[in-house]
This record gives sequence, structure tokens and C-alpha cells, in this order.
Amino acid sequence: MSTTWTLTKMRMRLAVRNRAFFFFSLVMPLIFLFGAVMFFGKGAANAVAYVLGAILTLTVMGSFWGLSVQLVTFREQGILRRFRLAPVGASAMLASSILSNYFLTMPVVVLEIIICRYAFHLRSWGNLGAIFVLVTLGSAAFAAFGLIVASVTNTMQETQMINNLIWMGFLFLSGATVPLAVFPGWLQRCALFIPATYLATGLESAATNLATAGEMAGDITALTLGLVVAFEISRQLFRWEPEAKVPRRAKIWVLAALLPFLAFGAWENVTGHRLSQVRRNFQMLDNRAMPLRMERPR
Amino acid sequence: MREGIYSVGQPIIQVEDLHKNYGEVQAVRGLSFAVEQGEVFGLLGPNGAGKTSTVEILEGLRTPDRGLVRVCGLDPETSGNAFKQNVGAVLQSTSLPDKLRVKEAIEMFAQFYRTRADTDQLLKQFQLEEKRSAFYGHLSGGQKQRLALAMALVNNPQVVFLDEPTAGLDPQVRREIYDIIEQLRREKKTVLLTTHYIEEAERLCDRVAIVDHGQVIALGTPRELKRGSAGTTRIEVRLARPVGDGALRRLDGVADCREFDGSYVLHSSSTAQTIVALVKHLESENNELHSLEIFSPSLEDVFIELTGRRLRE
Repeated sequence: MSTTWTLTKMRMRLAVRNRAFFFFSLVMPLIFLFGAVMFFGKGAANAVAYVLGAILTLTVMGSFWGLSVQLVTFREQGILRRFRLAPVGASAMLASSILSNYFLTMPVVVLEIIICRYAFHLRSWGNLGAIFVLVTLGSAAFAAFGLIVASVTNTMQETQMINNLIWMGFLFLSGATVPLAVFPGWLQRCALFIPATYLATGLESAATNLATAGEMAGDITALTLGLVVAFEISRQLFRWEPEAKVPRRAKIWVLAALLPFLAFGAWENVTGHRLSQVRRNFQMLDNRAMPLRMERPR
Repeated sequence: MREGIYSVGQPIIQVEDLHKNYGEVQAVRGLSFAVEQGEVFGLLGPNGAGKTSTVEILEGLRTPDRGLVRVCGLDPETSGNAFKQNVGAVLQSTSLPDKLRVKEAIEMFAQFYRTRADTDQLLKQFQLEEKRSAFYGHLSGGQKQRLALAMALVNNPQVVFLDEPTAGLDPQVRREIYDIIEQLRREKKTVLLTTHYIEEAERLCDRVAIVDHGQVIALGTPRELKRGSAGTTRIEVRLARPVGDGALRRLDGVADCREFDGSYVLHSSSTAQTIVALVKHLESENNELHSLEIFSPSLEDVFIELTGRRLRE
């Protein structure tokens, strides 16, 4: 554990010394927040809650990008092999990536909530407990997905290409940028197989304070399972050496990472609960005069 | 000495019949040697001889195809952290994050180990005190290498592996590294050093294994090896016109003659006689001498004698 914590501190130091980190992790989410509130929210307090859920999703999903790029850079530059000489295991290396990312994501999340509350007159804090749990699990799960990409790619170019492809799906099919409710029915059904959809609907429900305990349990289960499976796969496929080949079994492992969400997607398609949740959340944006349910006294 | 791992009388590094292939390429072919505790042992050979593959197997970074490897009585591949706690290493190609400070790097690595050296003392010893707050990316090549050496010692290891520790460094920095390795010898550390620099092996190593094509072709102290090469003097000459090396081989005192890139390397048991005979021969052939250099016997001569090639060909 002390090795993981030592590595976590190192990762955090490196991140805060990196200008690109500040731009992508702090400036860009805030630009998105201001843009989305102006464009979608149009200043309506109810809609701000919906927008906040989407922005939190984008912030958390950003974990997917940074870690894979950093891990591949470390491997390409021979940094990982120096750590390999020391009593440092793959689990500590991967866990430190996830933890440092989490500790750096959390302040941005808090800042976004505070801005929405005080600058954009968000009526309620939303379900802060649920937000905390979803952000924690989401940032860890998406970081672990990124680490799988890092494990199956050899160069930075390859990593960025695959990241872009997956990121586009996360971005546009999850409801984080374009509300899922406006998509045709068949596309909504496809979106149920994407991990990002669970984070987006979960955070939207939590921010709008519309989530029921059952819905939250579903989101939390999906993200927890995603995290556990993705972490184990990235651990199995972890490579220290730049010249180490991607093992043949990698494709099978990557398919295994998709299994939980294939199962969840199939289940949600049968029950239709999540799509109802998506439409209900969207009404916050669509019907800006709609009062918040379970609104806490101010 | 840490208990329960290594027993006195047993070599601290043991390599027997080691094999390593990369596809069709046989990098290491039945290599064997043993290193005693407190020894500075050199693997000397040209690039591609199999030195780095061997040392990386010893460090636990590569898996051998066949053979026995023991370091401090442990199998590097399967002993995991118990093995890593006992060894330090400088890799031939490695790096650290550019935005990590010198002090942070050495302290971080120290925290990974149960036994920790005084990191301030190490920075002082390796003349990095003034650079303690500098980013790794701002260090010169020599400073990076000194930091790599300091980091190899953060766990006060029993065995230190140095893979080409001076490759690509300027002569002054190289001499600084030599001083550090000599200090390790005084501290009775076991050091396994790979190099293709003759002077490095001769100056630093108690014993040297000359490696070529993945095999040990000679092993002994530098003095023993040189004595084994018949104690001949090496005379390198460049001529205006080429001559058959058979003619030069017949000159007085010449034990061996080989041609390398237009120059002739003669091994002579009687230097003066050979030079006189050479000059006479060139006069009779109407040839001219462009340059002549005389070298006392070195490990390079041993290598040439054994392989017919220069170390850095």
C-alpha cells in the first residue's frame, strides 16, 4: 500500500506540473460548463441541474484519456522498466494512476458544483452522496478503461487513434453532450451497451435529485463491475517493456471487458427502465419550469 | 549482509549454460560464469555480443530460454520482491519523468525498499547536491547517469548491475563514473559491469569475461588474459599501398598479422626487430609508411586474437 501511495504522490506532482493537464482537466470542463449552461440551460435554474450532470460526466470521463496516454509515454520512454527493477508491481502502478487521477478530478467536480450553485443559481445541491459515489466509481472505472487501451497499444499514435474512436462513442452516445432522449429509439437502445451511458444517466439523476435508490443501485453496480473487470484486465495485460508484444490473448481479455455492459445493455433493453429515466431527466431541460422533486429547503 | 538468502562460499552470481533467443536470433548461447562476493566483474564484448540480454536476465527483466541463473542465491525471475530488495541496477536505456525533481526521484525510489541508504549522503557522494531541486529533464547526460547510479544504491544492495554505464558520455564524465565504481569496489560491493570499452574493463574489473556471439570466449583477470595472449606488443600501421598480410606475417618477431579497414595490426614478441624488418620490407617493395602506433598488450589484443575482429567493429 505504501508503494501505491508513493507512486500516487509522484503522479499527482507530475500532473500539476503539466500545463496540458490544467487545460484539459480544469479549463476545458469549465468552458464546457459555461457553454452548456448558456446554450442548453438558457439561464433556467432547473435546466442547470441537468446540465451539471452532463458536465460532471464529461469531467469524470476525461479520466479515460489522460492515463492511457501517460502510461504509454512512460513505457515508450523506458520509465516503466526503471520502476520494474524496484519492488513495484503492476497493480501498484495501475492503482496509483487511478488514485492520483481521482484526487485530481475531485476538486474540479466540487468546483463545478459550487459554480452551478452560486453562479448559475442551482436550486438544490442535488443528491450529493450519490454524486460522490458515482464520481468516485466513474473516475476509477473510466481510468481503468483507459489503462486497457494503454495495455493493448504499442505507440502513442495508436493509443490516440483508439482513444479518439472510443471517446467519440462515449461523448456522443452517452447523453453527456447531446441528450440521449433526442436520439431515435434504436440509437437510444444501442447507447445502453456503452459504459458512459450509466455514468451519464446516473449523474444526471443525482444532480437533478430525481434518482431513486433502485436506479442508483443499478448505476453503481454497473460502474463497480466495470471497474473491477477493467482493472483486472489492465493488470493482466500490463507491459513494462516498450518492445514487449501485445499477447494474443489480449483480444479475448478486451472482449471480456465489454461483457458486463453487454449484459447490462441487454437487461436495460428488456426492462426499459433506464430509457424512462433518460426521458424523465431530460424533461428537466425540456420543461424548464418543471419544479424539482424532493427539493431540499434552502 | 542480509540473512537467509546467500551463504558464504557460494558465488553471489551464478550463470550456467544460459540461452536466450529472439525469434531466429540466438543472443545468448550457453553462457556460463560465476561472480564472487565483493568482486567487480566485467562482461566485455562488442555490441550485439549478448551482454545486455545476459544482464537483463540477471536483473529479472527478461526470461531465459534455458539455463540456471542465481543472484544472492535467488532466481531473479521467480523471486520477485525478495530478489529486488537485494540488487541495484543501472540500465542501458532508461529514463525518468522529465518533471520529477532529483531529490523527489531518489527519495521515491528509496521508499520502495526495506533497507534505505541516506539519500542526502548519496546526492552528496554523486555530486548532485546542487541539482537536488532540478527537474530530471534539465539534467545533462552525465548528471542523469550519476543520478541513475545513486538510485541503484538507494537500497544499499548486495549486487549492483551496471549495463554500459559510460556509453555515450564524454571522457571527463566517464572518468567520474570510474571513480564511483572504484569507490563501490572499496566498499566491497559486488558489481557486474558490461562494457565495450577496453580501458574500462582493464581499469575497473577484478575479472573479465570476454563475450562474443552469446558465448564466453575467455575469462580471467585482465592480467591473466593479457598474459594468455603471449605478451605480444600490438603495432598498428597504415601503408601507402596495400600488401598481403602474409608478407607482414613473415617479418621478424611477428606472431600474428591482421588487416582492419586498410590498417594492419601486427602482434610482435620483439617490437624493435619487427619495426626494422617492416621498414626494410617497405623499402624493398617501394611502399611508404603513413602511420605507425605501438600499443602495450591489452584486452583488445586478446579479443582480436580470439575472434579476428576488433571489439568495436
